[in-house]
Amino acid sequence: MLAMSGGVDSSVAGALLLDAGHDVVGVTMKLWGGDSDTGCCSVSDVDDARRVAQQLDIDHLVFNFGDDFDRHVVDPYVRDHTLGVTPNPCIECNRHVKFDRLLTRADQLGFDAVATGHHARIGRTNDGRLTLERGADPAKDQSYVVHMLDQHALARTLFPVGSIDKAEVRRIAADRGLRTASKPDSQDVCFITSTGGRETFLGDRIEFRPGRVVDTSGVELGRVESVEMVTIGQRRGIGLPGGGPKRYVVDVDVPGTTVTVGDERDLLDDALTVGAVSWTDGPVHGDVLVQASAHGATQRATLSGASPVDVDVDDVDGAVNVDVVWHTPQRRIAPGQSVVFYDAADTRVLGGGIAR
Amino acid sequence: MTYLDHAASTPMRERAVAAMMPYFSGSYANPSGSHRFAREARRAIDEARDDVAGVLGVAPGSVVFTSCGTESDNTVLAGVAGGAVCSAAEHHAVLHPIEDRADGVVVGTDPTGHVDLDQLAAACASPGVAVVSVMAVNNEVGTITDLRGVAEVVRRVAPQAVLHTDAVQAPCWLDLRTIAPLVDAMSFSAHKFGGPKGIGVLTLAPGIAVDPLIVGGGQERERRSGTHNVAGIVGLATALLETDAHRDRELVRLAALRDRLVDSLTGALDGVVETVPRDRKVAGSAHVCIEGIENEALLFLLDEADVCASAASACASGAMEPSHVLAAMGVDRDLALGALRLTLGHTTTDADVDRASDVVVDAVRRLRERSS
Repeated sequence: MLAMSGGVDSSVAGALLLDAGHDVVGVTMKLWGGDSDTGCCSVSDVDDARRVAQQLDIDHLVFNFGDDFDRHVVDPYVRDHTLGVTPNPCIECNRHVKFDRLLTRADQLGFDAVATGHHARIGRTNDGRLTLERGADPAKDQSYVVHMLDQHALARTLFPVGSIDKAEVRRIAADRGLRTASKPDSQDVCFITSTGGRETFLGDRIEFRPGRVVDTSGVELGRVESVEMVTIGQRRGIGLPGGGPKRYVVDVDVPGTTVTVGDERDLLDDALTVGAVSWTDGPVHGDVLVQASAHGATQRATLSGASPVDVDVDDVDGAVNVDVVWHTPQRRIAPGQSVVFYDAADTRVLGGGIAR
Repeated sequence: MTYLDHAASTPMRERAVAAMMPYFSGSYANPSGSHRFAREARRAIDEARDDVAGVLGVAPGSVVFTSCGTESDNTVLAGVAGGAVCSAAEHHAVLHPIEDRADGVVVGTDPTGHVDLDQLAAACASPGVAVVSVMAVNNEVGTITDLRGVAEVVRRVAPQAVLHTDAVQAPCWLDLRTIAPLVDAMSFSAHKFGGPKGIGVLTLAPGIAVDPLIVGGGQERERRSGTHNVAGIVGLATALLETDAHRDRELVRLAALRDRLVDSLTGALDGVVETVPRDRKVAGSAHVCIEGIENEALLFLLDEADVCASAASACASGAMEPSHVLAAMGVDRDLALGALRLTLGHTTTDADVDRASDVVVDAVRRLRERSS
């Protein structure tokens, strides 16, 4: 079962699967019923996926996972903003929809595997354990957004374009005349329109609250119209006059409607707690490389509390918490961001979770 | 029978008929269904949409299949709120909706039936103008609109307005790819270019939002609900491709036949006025006004002699009302009563025009003798 977003990567993934002799059925997930002008939820993308399936001469189905998407992605996205948490909805979609709901559906229907157009690779160690590796194209690597795959999921997942670079993907698409060959990559959250943006989307669903902007000693410096729109690390749009020292948001207290700003040093942390941790092949402790944004650089850190004995499985969320101690202080990670652990060679995903 | 009423409807192209046949009792599934039989029908629509988009010079996503040209016109006009402007020579499918709205403005034409650009600019200067509709080719007299000039005026004076063109009469005569970039929306009807009746197209450029006229199952990306007319869509696309492929050759052939027809009428009869100069109209149009006769009587005699022609547009000729197009052009009412529209198309032969000329000349002489 090939998850077809209507983009070039999943289109070429289909072609490569057919070349490899697989029996392929294309599936496009209808996830978002509201306005959309980007990403995998717009009708034109479903059209593109169907047309590519026709070109590949494979069957194409549309599954409506809108309820799952609302429950696991959209509703938490809205709720998190009221709690001062900045979630990554694409990762939650992968976790709950693509690699859970779709994988389950594929099992029910007798498919051996689900394939997607993600740029990541699945390998196998000498002792037969499955590994999740970065994609061959460093600029397009998506191992970060699929980091939640465990042995069970990896065994039933294929990433056909993970071992080639993006230029090669486009070349294959052009050679085969696939209509998505020159379609631009989607970059944005699919349920947020480029015209309305995050503010319109959230504004339709929650009541923004104005808040105070204070320095680290509590002195009020200004006001913001909506504390829900403020993220840690932000420099602009917090209502402070230009000039003077660079000031960053170092804390957002949404319930207390207070934004704290400070200088760059105030933003640095020695450690970080990561919750809801999943492991590619069991818990890992010790020195790792840590990546905290989709295309960010990795930083050295030591995982503590990660040994099976110390893992706090009785966290309030019922999820695993891990302490990350940076080798050199790092800028604070906004709560809600995904934090992914890589091996020392920076190629293999070990696990990951969500910054607390 | 001598058929010279192609602007009313032109015979279906054989390939279009053949292309449609599998979608009646063979691949009959509802294309919106989820099974493989439905996907087969859906694929036919997808491919037809690509073909249509290619000939029309728009993106496939801009193509909305409708039931006819009138529906396409009505959809744009009803779906855009605010002031509306059109030319007085528009087809009734545009003219009536605009006349019926409180904020509708109808602007005059020059003596060829071409919209007056100064009047158009003045009407567009009203701040609430939201939609402007100017036809690409006039259905009665064949006048070709300078859409580049129209677009220049509308974009300059009313940049907020949706610019629509009723291009129903255009596909046989104009390369539509030259029109598409000038406008936001275009209307077409398959039976004017060798496709079946009951199927039309509305194109909507990216970003042009039009409230749907027909709501329901959300087909056509929510822009036109209703189960797809699969056979009609396939027939439309096939006919459009054929029309596009043969257009250059047909323009030369039919212009020569049209000239021969009109020249023979003006040569044999006094008081035959060519309504619009040949260099201002499409090759298939032979509209004349004949002094001293009433076209109601003329059409009766032509019909008896198995010559199919019309006085004005097909909708008007049932009741024989004086043409609103000729009135807009300033044609004298008595002369307008002698209007005869002969329109040529892909099946028209040398013998057709020669016989039609003979029959018209005889009939006009007979009517003039009996009225004097």
